[in-house]
Amino acid sequence: MKKQNKKRGGTGGWIFLAVVLGIYGLSGIIDASQTSRAIASFMQLLDKVLPVLVLVFLLIFVIDLFLNPKRIETYLGQKSGIKGWLVAIIGGILATGPIYAWYAVLSELKQKGMRASLVAVFLYSRAVKLPLLPLLVHYFGIHYTMVLVLYLVIFSLISGLVMERVEANV
Amino acid sequence: MLKSKLEQSLRKSLHTFINILPIIIGMLLLTSLAITFFPKMISPELFGQYEIVDVLLGSSLGSIAAGHPLVSYILGGELINEGVSLFVVTALIVSWVTVGVVQLPAEALMLGRRFALVRNLVCFLSAIAISYLTVYTMRLIG
Repeated sequence: MKKQNKKRGGTGGWIFLAVVLGIYGLSGIIDASQTSRAIASFMQLLDKVLPVLVLVFLLIFVIDLFLNPKRIETYLGQKSGIKGWLVAIIGGILATGPIYAWYAVLSELKQKGMRASLVAVFLYSRAVKLPLLPLLVHYFGIHYTMVLVLYLVIFSLISGLVMERVEANV
Repeated sequence: MLKSKLEQSLRKSLHTFINILPIIIGMLLLTSLAITFFPKMISPELFGQYEIVDVLLGSSLGSIAAGHPLVSYILGGELINEGVSLFVVTALIVSWVTVGVVQLPAEALMLGRRFALVRNLVCFLSAIAISYLTVYTMRLIG
């Protein structure tokens, strides 16, 4: 757990940002107009993501304040059983906002005892976008949407089972 | 006691948040770059080879794409109108929302490298499996 904390809290994030800025520098040399369009798109994204970041901060704070490892163990830990899988699926389906905002929350929960398999299930279940389902129906039909959603939920469980095996072998 | 716990939690949360901030900013920058450069590259002309090659290509393109899922639905609808198979379009829209090549560095930094790599590989393979299962199930139910 200390290793995970060190990874998340160390200089890795700043190195990553420096590399991305380097990529932007290169991209600017190759195609300046597309890069300036990307920067404009970044400003728009940032505007949209800012409220989500506030939510992420609040979630991290609430998790730290109220969810002790014992409670997480009950709902999302090794002893959570079917309840844990259900919480992960429903949580993933209901979770909104960009996926990278959720990495921070899941990392916090993982450090407090959430099973890696349930992290994988949560992330996979995010593929079921409830607000966008009417649009999926509009483009591909109701039967296609129902079948696809069913397989997405089934494969979210499969991804969790695979990750459980992988983590068990570490 | 409660005040001290609140202060401690607030300080810890702030520290965690500041540490993840460069990762999120980096992710937003990468996503913006991918959104700007990428969707224009996906066109019906890319497909039309062997079906499995097209499915692999659709799944790969979806894995690299980082835009809103709605874009994948619109793009998928356009590709179908242009004659691209439902196998390919399904692989594209499933990998679009499950695999995150652009997000991989952030996922690795926050959830662990091994976890991120294996999870994305599983998602990539499952996008291909779902594309076949969905279309065959559709054919079965008529």
